[in-house]
Amino acid sequence: MSAITRDEVAHLARLSRLALAEEELDHFAAQLDQIVGAVARVAEVAADDIPPSSHALPLTNVFRPDEVRPCLTPEQALSGAPAVEDGRFRVPRILGEEA
Amino acid sequence: MTELFRKTAAELGALLAAGEVSAVEVAQAHLDRIAAVDSKVKAFLHLSADTTLAQARAVDERRAQGEKLGPLAGVPIAHKDIFTTADMPTTAASKILEGWRPPYDATVTSRLRAAGLVILGKTNLDEFAMGSSTENSAYGTTHNPWDLGRIPGGSSGGSSAAVASYEAPLSTGTDTGGSIRQPAAVTGIVGMKPTYGGSSRYGLIAFASSLDTPGPFGRTVLDAALLHEAFSGHDPCDSTSIDAPVPPVVEAAKNPDVAGMRIGVVKEFGGEGYQPGVLARFREAVELLESLGAKVVEVSCPSFAYALPAYYLIAPSECSSNLARFDAMRYGLRVGDDGTRSAEEVMALTRAAGFGPEVKRRIMLGTYALSSGYYDAYYGQAQKVRTLIARDFDAAFHQVDVLVSPTTPTTAFPIGERADDPMAMYLADLCTIPANLAGNAAMSVPCGLADEDDMPVGLQIMAPVLGDDRCYRVGAAVERALESRWGGPLLAKAPAL
Repeated sequence: MSAITRDEVAHLARLSRLALAEEELDHFAAQLDQIVGAVARVAEVAADDIPPSSHALPLTNVFRPDEVRPCLTPEQALSGAPAVEDGRFRVPRILGEEA
Repeated sequence: MTELFRKTAAELGALLAAGEVSAVEVAQAHLDRIAAVDSKVKAFLHLSADTTLAQARAVDERRAQGEKLGPLAGVPIAHKDIFTTADMPTTAASKILEGWRPPYDATVTSRLRAAGLVILGKTNLDEFAMGSSTENSAYGTTHNPWDLGRIPGGSSGGSSAAVASYEAPLSTGTDTGGSIRQPAAVTGIVGMKPTYGGSSRYGLIAFASSLDTPGPFGRTVLDAALLHEAFSGHDPCDSTSIDAPVPPVVEAAKNPDVAGMRIGVVKEFGGEGYQPGVLARFREAVELLESLGAKVVEVSCPSFAYALPAYYLIAPSECSSNLARFDAMRYGLRVGDDGTRSAEEVMALTRAAGFGPEVKRRIMLGTYALSSGYYDAYYGQAQKVRTLIARDFDAAFHQVDVLVSPTTPTTAFPIGERADDPMAMYLADLCTIPANLAGNAAMSVPCGLADEDDMPVGLQIMAPVLGDDRCYRVGAAVERALESRWGGPLLAKAPAL
């Protein structure tokens, strides 16, 4: 089954926040189509009445006491930041600029 | 006396405890070995002799002051560059984290330090642990010490190559679909994937959180057990960590007795696609276990045939979510922030520049599998297959104590052979993936060389959840019997570097 078109890769790249070059789109389209074709084999398994497992172990919520504990200092938390201003992460504009 | 760097971790630990060598001497011997051979093997991404020797001096001082130290105090270790280390860069072999210095240690890292292990450096891997060869590293490929033209396995290929080339007696790895067992198998060493939740993921850069499992590499089963015990156990910082005692792995490694054990051969793993030399060594290992008193039966696990496709839906889905954190805002690379572009544009430019092709493929594959309209057919169906695989294991472990198979369908393949063919690369994980999906314990132990290429073959031993000690018991029995047959360890047959 042929699943992934070039346009679909462009859409997936947008959703994934990956600014891909034109030639990458063609390359990935062919590869993703092949991979999706192979993994689609899971459909052969009759599993209508089988519950899904999101995890290997049966887990319930895990709680801890809500106590103040040592944590990173602001300097440590900012130590890897690409840009810092006034003790905060400086980021590119998030909202559209007013005309 | 054997060169220090050829000694096992257990031997080094005993020499250190007896005061016959210092941790500084042992560290220096390994740093010298790295200086002599790593230009060929390329196992390490980061080395800092000063940091290493300072750690070794600290252990010697603690010992001199009469502190009671563990069995691995002063023993060097190579640490996979996917665990955070506050005193060394941590990159996950990605350009997006180039030069990043984490502000905290992973739990595995801090437990290595507490045990007095001396960290030699950080080892190479496939970017974000996605791959089976280290060819997906942004910083170059590691070479298999048995044949420098071949891959060392992956993703933990720097860690396997470091141990197989005597650069370190021990190393850490992570296993999401086979990333410890497959590199161990193809380099002729021991690698263990503990039970999921048996070792902490805190500070392990996440790839697929329901599968990622830290584990040990060593040249002997006992060494792997000593390291396993040193860094495993409950961690309140990882809410999926199991609050139960670590299985008695060291005791099991010291008691290689399989008499009366029931061993199941997985019927589905063999035949077409498997290298004849791999199957020949595997059959011999099974006969050996039988001769040691184990009861061998064939066991069918029909859903294992669908483990690979299920994994390549589940792991990319989790990865597409986990890797969203690399957003160019708080740490790591930022590209194109020239004052005119929006945060979203900078994010997309940074991720395109910072991630390699395999990571991009998996992020997009996961995004596809999770998108509305496809979710039920792909991710949802894969989760159901995951349930069936766990049921196959449950049924099998009602009949037998452990399951065995070849660790990999083939020996180490030549560098470049599968680099442009993702599906061919994925097949390297064919036999290892079921244990990740079900969360149970699994080991690879050397079982000989394939006749075709004289490259190492691994025997995989799978045990139930929290039955890790069974892997060590069977692995140690195989190791002892084969080494007596070979007249020494398999690695003694490796060509000199």
